[in-house]
Amino acid sequence: MADAVVKSDPTEALIASLAMPDATWAKPAREDALARVRTMGLPQRRDEYWKYTRPDTLTQIGAPKAAVLVTDEAPMFDAVDRLRIVFVDGVYDAEASDDLSLEGVTIERLAAASSDLHWATSVYGVLEARGQTPVARPLAAVNTAFATDGVLIHVTGKPNKPINLVYHHKSETSDAILHNCIKMDAGTEVTLLENGPAAARFNKVLEVEIADGAAFHHIRAQGRDHERRAATHIFSRLGAESEFHSFTMTVNGQLTRNDCVIELTGDDAIANVAGACVGDGDFHHDDTVFITHDAVNCRSRQVFKKVLRNGATGVFQGKILVKAGAQKTDGYQISQALLLDGDSQFLAKPELEIYADDVACSHGSTSGAIDEDALFYLRSRGVPEAEATNLLTLSFLAEAVEEIADEALREDMTVRLAAWLMRHRG
Amino acid sequence: MLSIKNLQVKLEDEDKQILKGVNLEVEAGKVHAIMGPNGSGKSTLSYVLSGKGGYEVTGGSAHLDDIDLLDLEPEERAAAGLFLAFQYPVEIPGVGNMTFLRTAVNAQRKARGEDEMSAAEFLKVVRAKAKDLKIDAEMLKRPVNVGFSGGEKKRNEILQMAMLEPKMCILDETDSGLDVDAMKLVADGVNALRSEGRGFLVITHYQRLLDHIKPDIVHIMADGRIVKTGGPELALEVENNGYADILAEVA
Repeated sequence: MADAVVKSDPTEALIASLAMPDATWAKPAREDALARVRTMGLPQRRDEYWKYTRPDTLTQIGAPKAAVLVTDEAPMFDAVDRLRIVFVDGVYDAEASDDLSLEGVTIERLAAASSDLHWATSVYGVLEARGQTPVARPLAAVNTAFATDGVLIHVTGKPNKPINLVYHHKSETSDAILHNCIKMDAGTEVTLLENGPAAARFNKVLEVEIADGAAFHHIRAQGRDHERRAATHIFSRLGAESEFHSFTMTVNGQLTRNDCVIELTGDDAIANVAGACVGDGDFHHDDTVFITHDAVNCRSRQVFKKVLRNGATGVFQGKILVKAGAQKTDGYQISQALLLDGDSQFLAKPELEIYADDVACSHGSTSGAIDEDALFYLRSRGVPEAEATNLLTLSFLAEAVEEIADEALREDMTVRLAAWLMRHRG
Repeated sequence: MLSIKNLQVKLEDEDKQILKGVNLEVEAGKVHAIMGPNGSGKSTLSYVLSGKGGYEVTGGSAHLDDIDLLDLEPEERAAAGLFLAFQYPVEIPGVGNMTFLRTAVNAQRKARGEDEMSAAEFLKVVRAKAKDLKIDAEMLKRPVNVGFSGGEKKRNEILQMAMLEPKMCILDETDSGLDVDAMKLVADGVNALRSEGRGFLVITHYQRLLDHIKPDIVHIMADGRIVKTGGPELALEVENNGYADILAEVA
């Protein structure tokens, strides 16, 4: 019967499967993004930045099924006084969310922001579009075009508590696309906490415009569900003397691709991005970072640590681009994997591209097993092997976790990583 | 207390015999010293007793009281009361010295079926013992041995020994890398731990450590065996004449 097989274009097929929400102010940005998707096409295995991570389950129509994890663990950030905004499988949960008013910020939901001349037009899809060169990031453009919701945060002061985006996963087939924008006025400061697996498949974009002298702190935990998939992007542009600090903890997850694209456009700015991930078995985690220095005397740090076992895979693709004129740049990048057995693998591609002559950039990448000498030292003091291994594993992760400035949050992350190690022993 | 009989050890990966039949009895309350030229097997003896990997015991035995050490994992040997002060203490970035000490103390207590030490009690004890060794609060907070000078590392070893209160202490070239003042401090720490119920085995190249930690018995080790045993005067003989004479005499 099938005498004429029509080979449909996967990009058009995906586009046809999604619906573009119709808020007027965001319409041009969404249309632009859609045009970008059509031009770029979906990520393919042959694309340079998708060599180590198979994009097919992220680009197929509909989410692959992912079991929902039931746990009695205390919710993340529970001990922190925070403003919670809750999404369940990508759908806003008003009941579970706190009131959105907070001194020093205005918070709106993307799906509810209807004003014709919204401030977010200067951010929504704008930083994402800038982040498409020189490396295409089609999933982020898909997100801009089709995001169903998210939050728009305008930071005008220094709110006295963090904003916490909570992403619950309750349906085995949920496919969520959320887009968050943060615009920080000069001299402001805010902390964004994000936690939860969000959905069976999660496509998320976070755009952060940081004006002069402002400071952005971001701490994220991607949930413990084993089968969930996620493609996340952070796009940030920094003004003079501003700061960007982001830390991500990832435990479990069948597939995670975290892109972070940062542009230092004002002098004396600081960008630190860090991640600690632990994976056992069917686990693939990819950190892809691109930091552009386009101003004088800026500092950037990338610190990524991965603990892998039972055939888990870690990927790191990190780039520092120093443009001509970005003198006195201080760029640092370290990516390390601790392989707890011979089945796991770590694939790293550190890159430096430098067009200025007065810069200090360093990068290092290692993968290795537990240090036998350190293990023996601990055991010789009476610490049992399993406990000693955990202690050394936590110490390996510590350099990344220490990027979190807040001591209580740092401690909480360490405790949760330790708990994972206890659950995944031997 | 420590009873080593005809201990024979080779490298696991190489066909190289290191210990060729070591016999040694260390009694409770006594300090024994082992001296010997490079490559005589002194450090290997300390590693094999404490359970380091990479060695294969091909014959003989080693007991701590009535416990067969060679049958046990390193942590079990430690819980049984054996302690090795390392020649090269290992740096462990990311693990605080205090956390390390407390984990070790409580792991041993747990293994022996004793109650764990409370945080407050531990802090009190560790501060007092650290003070004696001139180890300040800053050093206790830092990651284990990271950025410590040679002297600080060795003092940290003695602090661990003081906290763990082992029955049998082996000191592997504890004097290496120490200046005179640091050696004095370390020796004072060791001497403070000397007691009726505790044995010491002090491994050293040089006699000078033994000026500070006075041994009861001195052994000379060469080519994987103990070739001569005597009193403290044997160490002085080595100091004055080197090993050549002694080795020639026993050959």
